[in-house]
This record gives sequence, structure tokens and C-alpha cells, in this order.
Amino acid sequence: MNGLHDMGGQHGYGPVLPEKDEPIFHGAWEARALALTLAMGAHGKWSIDMSRFARECLSPQALVNETYYARWIAALIDLMLAHDLITEAELASGEPETVTTPPLKARDVADVLAKGGPTERAEPRAPRFAPGDRVRTRNLNPEGHTRLPRYARGKSGEVVLYHGAHVFADESAKGLGAGAEPLYAVRFSARDLWGEKANPRDTVTLDMWEPYLEQE
Amino acid sequence: MPHDHEHSHVPADPALRVKALETLLVKKGLVDPAALDEIIETYGNKVGPHYGAQIVARAWSDPAYLERLRKDATAAIAEFGFTGRQGEHMVVVENTPQVHNLVVCTLCSCYPWTVLGLPPVWYKSSAYRSKAVIDPRGVLADFGMEIGDDVEIRVWDSTAEIRYLVIPMRPDGTDGMSEADLAALVTRESMIGTGLAVHP
Repeated sequence: MNGLHDMGGQHGYGPVLPEKDEPIFHGAWEARALALTLAMGAHGKWSIDMSRFARECLSPQALVNETYYARWIAALIDLMLAHDLITEAELASGEPETVTTPPLKARDVADVLAKGGPTERAEPRAPRFAPGDRVRTRNLNPEGHTRLPRYARGKSGEVVLYHGAHVFADESAKGLGAGAEPLYAVRFSARDLWGEKANPRDTVTLDMWEPYLEQE
Repeated sequence: MPHDHEHSHVPADPALRVKALETLLVKKGLVDPAALDEIIETYGNKVGPHYGAQIVARAWSDPAYLERLRKDATAAIAEFGFTGRQGEHMVVVENTPQVHNLVVCTLCSCYPWTVLGLPPVWYKSSAYRSKAVIDPRGVLADFGMEIGDDVEIRVWDSTAEIRYLVIPMRPDGTDGMSEADLAALVTRESMIGTGLAVHP
């Protein structure tokens, strides 16, 4: 999706401004927003890619005007409605129409977080590329979720790492149970990405699934 | 799925919105409030850059450990018990006199939670995400850093579930220091690439 979230190479946002002695949360509600998002993920109704896509699909106005955790909450509401975990009526009234049991108990939190959600899977086939290979990224513009940023489409680079086969984000954003594709780190010269003003030594490396790549 | 409507019956103030939502989800039995507290305790008080600093200090002190990090960083980091969410697949990248690494996520906010905790606001900011790939030297200047033209700035855009941890260069004058003392020199920024390890 060619959305506002795809920020690499945009101009106009000014300098990066680190905050001195920054707190982990700016307000208690941010901590609750994080925790709600993680706890609702434990229902197993959506993948991490589906939740990323839900954030990308917020209105451009929301993406610009809302802060980080406010966007998380807006996307969480959309996901819960889409997957029938809550209804519009419940959201409006604040009163549940039905009651259930939470899948994530306090005593299980440490184990669940320590386990995470590994994405490496058995290779569906032998990987097509190996470190040292020259590749070109395809010029893909899907309306759905993709992890191939606009700035790296149609560019020539070199495979520098093979990570094994990982769940393919573009498919996983459409629903649970997506398959894996070989995943590589591909390095691009900054000049190939940004033109002759870039430092000739500088590079940008991105992780790319095989369907993003063709042989150069 | 893109949409342009907002949920107009949801309170506009984010703190009120989250409170109302939590109240509903608890009443409905979708979340356990004690589990929420446990999650917040984990990321608010336990995990943080002091975890990553221990990894770096050991990498500086123990060549065999550094070798294990290079071969399988996820397993080597798990030796410390640092595993799980947003650190399932770790790779370490080492700064040298020839290469300075810088990690970003231009598409969202991917960050190695298991070793650095939650990302700071600047890491998630539009300014950092837009600028790091096209003008990394400008980003470093925003942090008061200058890296010579003869050094490669190697930017890593975290586009999959691989999470990158920068091993900064060990400062001069630290021979013989203990791992604990070395860890105190390792800042969060030095493990992202927007800083260097502190000179003692």
C-alpha cells in the first residue's frame, strides 16, 4: 500500500529531536494502550502483519494527527470490530452484550512474551539466491500490505545475508496461516537509491522476501 | 480495508478513549486487567537498554562470545535469558573504523525489544524514519555526531522480523575493565547507531 506510513526518503519533517531523559511512556494511558494491544493479540485472531496493515489503513488524517499509541488504539478497535470481538453497539454503550474469558492470564504473560512469535519456517523450496548474488527488486505497487518500501523498488543490489524462510508479510497481512518465503538482506548503494549527491561509500540494507526479487 | 471514517462515538481524548476501551474489554472478559499490569511491568520496569549493554560488554570482553553472536545472535543473546517478542530473530552488526551501522524502520517502528526495551519517540518519529535512509549523515549530525567521509554508513531498514543490534566500537582506555563497568559505557543510542559508546 502506497501510504503515508512508507516514509523512507521523504523530506520536510525537520531534524530528529531526541528527548532528554525520556520516560518510557508519556502518560499512563500509553502503557495501557500497549498492554491492551498485546493482550488482545493473544486472542489469535490476527497476525502481526494484519495489525501493521490495520495501522496503515487508518485515514491519512489520523496517521498525521494522532500520536503513536493513539494510532495503535484506533487500529485495535478496527481489528476487534472486523473480527467480531466487539460490536459497534458495545463500543457506543460501553456495555458488553456477551461475556467471555480472557485467553491471556497474568501468570502466563512472562512466558508468552519470552516466547514471542517466531516467523522462521521450513524452506518451501531451495532458496533462489545466495550471498554475493546481484538482484533487482521488482517494481511492485500492491494495494495491500507490503514490506517493500517505495524507495527500494526497481533497484539493483547485492544479497548479503540469507535469513532462512520466514512467513511472508504480504500474504500474512491478508489472513492467518500464510506460507513462508526465503528472506534475504539485500544491500543497495546509497547512490543507486538517491543519486550522485549521496556518499559513494554509504549503503542501505533491507530484508526482502524472494517474491520481491529477480535475478539481475 | 483502507477507510476514511472515524469512530465518532469514541472519546476524542486518547486517555479517555483508552480508559473507556479498557473498561469495556475487561467487562466483556476479553482482557484480564492483571495481565495488562504484568505487561506494563515488563516493558516499563524490567526490559531496557541495560539488557543490550550487557550483551555488548560481553562481546567486547569475550572473543568466544562475540563469535557465537556472529554465528547465531538469537541463541547467544538467549544465554542471558533475553528472548521473545520483537527479538525472535536477532542479528548483530559491528561497528569498525571502516563501517558505522545505523538501524531504522522506515515502514513502522520495528525495534529489538528484547535487548533495548520499547523504542524512544525519536526512533518512531517521522523525522527519523524519513531521513535515516536518504540522509544518514544528517541524522547523525542531529545527534551531534560526525562520521568521516571515508567511513561507510551502513543503514539497516528493518523491513522483516529480523531485529538488528549494533555493537559499537569499544572505547580506548578501557583495557582491563570489568563487564559491569564496560556495560555502563554502552548507551541506547550506541546500540542503534545514533551514538557511540561513552569514553570512561
